[in-house]
Amino acid sequence: MIFAAIAVICGISLVVQTHPISSALSLVGVMGALAALYLLLGGEFIAAAQLVVYAGAIMVLFVFVIMLLNAGTEKKMTVKPLGKYLGAPFLLLFFGMIAYMIQRILPASSPVIFGAFQGGTAEEIGRSLFTVYLLPFEVTSVLILIAILGAIVLARKEVD
Amino acid sequence: MPLGPLPAAVPPSWYLTLSAILFALGVLGFLLRRNIITVFMSIELMLNAVNLSFVTFSYVLKRNDGHIFSFFVMVVAAAEAAVGLAIILTVFKNRQTLEIDEVSTLKN
Repeated sequence: MIFAAIAVICGISLVVQTHPISSALSLVGVMGALAALYLLLGGEFIAAAQLVVYAGAIMVLFVFVIMLLNAGTEKKMTVKPLGKYLGAPFLLLFFGMIAYMIQRILPASSPVIFGAFQGGTAEEIGRSLFTVYLLPFEVTSVLILIAILGAIVLARKEVD
Repeated sequence: MPLGPLPAAVPPSWYLTLSAILFALGVLGFLLRRNIITVFMSIELMLNAVNLSFVTFSYVLKRNDGHIFSFFVMVVAAAEAAVGLAIILTVFKNRQTLEIDEVSTLKN
């Protein structure tokens, strides 16, 4: 509950902030809160990977590029008065509708208890990854290789 | 931890609601923001929201396939971030701007 609140607040902050650095820091907040939620849902490995890969590596990349490009505050967009006064209530209404529909559609179930699901340990994940999901796992390595090459080709200085 | 009227442990549907709300926020940011880096971060927010529903369903069904899938989503997101930021660097080098409305050569 607390972490969900943190995630939503940081998510709103991400969309509302005008400076990219503030948005990036909000996104780090969202990812940290989500990692805690993964841990509650029994995904120890995924929580750790979330913190290391997302909140660590990807966000450092973002912050680095923002610093490198010296990105400033973006121009204020013009908002019509109708959108200014009705936007927030309609957004809240929309979120309420989402919540209501999900509660209606899904059957009532018992609350999430920490430790009720043990399948998310590094051991279990590794076992599935190297038996059932071996081919996708190997294909992923090719994907990463192509991404590295693409990034280098795109970002290098033109030499000729 | 008791927190007043709010329950400390919530059913999985609440996690799915949070996921839907975060995804909606990501779509909102993607559509409304004009800075290309912020648009990119909104995409990451959407990927994260989807990951949360994967892990939630994995908990509900008591299988770890959802974890594997969200692991792959993370890998793809990392690759995508590297390539996307390289593209942003190139665009900035050629045009000296980060506003997506000014990069509209393909339009006409």
